[in-house]
Amino acid sequence: MSMAKTQAQQKLTGITKVPTGIQGLDEILNGGLPCGRSSLVCGNAGCGKTFLGMQFLVNGAQKYGSPGVFVSFEETSEELRKNFASIGVDLNDLEKRKLLALDYIFIERSEIKETGEFDLEGLFVRLGQAVRSIGAKRIVIDTIEALFSGFSNEAILRAELRRLFRWLKSNGLTAIITGERIGEIFTRHGLEEFVADCVILLDNNIVDQISTRRMRIVKYRGSSHGTNEYPFLIGANGMSVLPITSISMDYKVTAERISSGIEALDRMLEGEGYFRGSSILVSGSPGSGKTSIASHFLDACCRRGEKCLLFTFEESGEQLARNLESIGLHLKIGVKKGLLKIIAQRPTFQGLEFHLLEIHDLVRRFGPQAVVVDPVSCFSCVGKNWQIRSMLSRLVDFFKSENITALFTDLINGNDPAEESYISSLADTWILLNNASGMQRERSLGIIKSRGMAHSDEFFPIKIGREGLGLGKARHEGLKKGVVSIETFGAGR
Amino acid sequence: MRHSARAGEGKKKPWILRLYVAGQTPKCLLALVNLKKICEEHLRDRYTIEVVDLLKQPQLAQGDQILAIPTLVKRLPPPVNKMIGDLSNTEKVLVGLDLRCA
Repeated sequence: MSMAKTQAQQKLTGITKVPTGIQGLDEILNGGLPCGRSSLVCGNAGCGKTFLGMQFLVNGAQKYGSPGVFVSFEETSEELRKNFASIGVDLNDLEKRKLLALDYIFIERSEIKETGEFDLEGLFVRLGQAVRSIGAKRIVIDTIEALFSGFSNEAILRAELRRLFRWLKSNGLTAIITGERIGEIFTRHGLEEFVADCVILLDNNIVDQISTRRMRIVKYRGSSHGTNEYPFLIGANGMSVLPITSISMDYKVTAERISSGIEALDRMLEGEGYFRGSSILVSGSPGSGKTSIASHFLDACCRRGEKCLLFTFEESGEQLARNLESIGLHLKIGVKKGLLKIIAQRPTFQGLEFHLLEIHDLVRRFGPQAVVVDPVSCFSCVGKNWQIRSMLSRLVDFFKSENITALFTDLINGNDPAEESYISSLADTWILLNNASGMQRERSLGIIKSRGMAHSDEFFPIKIGREGLGLGKARHEGLKKGVVSIETFGAGR
Repeated sequence: MRHSARAGEGKKKPWILRLYVAGQTPKCLLALVNLKKICEEHLRDRYTIEVVDLLKQPQLAQGDQILAIPTLVKRLPPPVNKMIGDLSNTEKVLVGLDLRCA
């Protein structure tokens, strides 16, 4: 055998990962939890520790055929079955198929007399029994700190915990150990001292009465990982985490063009409309016609037989559809055909990150080719400007990575649209609507920018009638882009 | 296995004791020796000791919720009491067996 081959065989490989199957979490963990090691998940009461643990096992069973044991010190097996049944997970079924074993360990709170030397071999016997019964590869212990309330001899307890983690390792189990966070200390009894490989911190933050669950990977020995705080959601589809920065900018682009739904606007865009997969921003003052432009776009999508999703934060879906009938747009047809889905919600219904997560979630499930968010400015009541900007940039990245054409409307009141807008720099095409009131109110539309195409530089008057939104003839020299657009805009004040 | 099955018929208040062990470790052997000694001294002819080896019958750990080894369970007379450790603290064991007030 050659020297080189021997060396190649001895080549060190990084640690193997076990996927959690939780949307987004594996991305942050760069593949999953460390295989054959224990990870600590800690957080305050009610932050989702048990849920994360169970999801790890359920996904293991359902997605990877990897059996797992859930050892609970707090909830009985029956309680766990009920809790998870309410979110549509049938633990019973997994148990019957020998993919899951639940073991509830009851710790007597009353004082157990300690009459001399002891160890926790009984616990090891039970764990061993449960693991062998289904050939478990994964295990969750929730939460082992309960032991500290049952036994007063902390020296023995700590020695036994150390032995427990060695035992888990020697049995090749990938484990999640949960621990309760107290103030700034990770766990009440310092479990992190035993579980040193991977520590995940969960947090349930309430800012301005809006609750946000977040997680952070505090450490992950031998692996790179995302270091930010990531919001996560516990919803009907289980748990999902949204990685903030991991989405890279290497999405595919197409040269395909799609109609804006407005003939005159298409003409301004080289006669062909938007690029598919691009992001479009429509800014304007109140009543300037933003929603109409967005709706024409949706209408055009439906006509092409493409699926589209509308998130509206100001009007109910019904009201919106009714109003649009008056300009000849029949969105209800698209809804009936299952091509258009309207999600109407108050922005204050949930925090910013949750809106983002929910949009992700719905887009993933519905699979639209176009999305409209009307308007993005409404988020100012649930977040600060930089937060909104960060959220929207992630949203834009997400849509691009999915090749979804996205149109955002933005209500602006001030004089300088560029300064006010959250995503003008992110948008590929930026349409500005002016609403100048002189003797007669005059609305006009201009394209400030449209990447990758020779777009019209002129502002055109908007005509909204029974046949929808159209554009008139450009009249003023001064209405050219750059020089006067801002000034004109200011005239609206 | 049963040791000293000498709960006399017709005798009042037989002590039914169960000692959980895991193999023949020094702690477990010591616990059995200590227990026998205490019983002979205080409960002569009135006790039964059942030794359960969890290595042989692991499924029994769940029933009595046994975590610590050795664990002594006084099943009768009521109330059921649990003691853990090698039973070398005789005073505590006597209290646990309701043979002495705490």
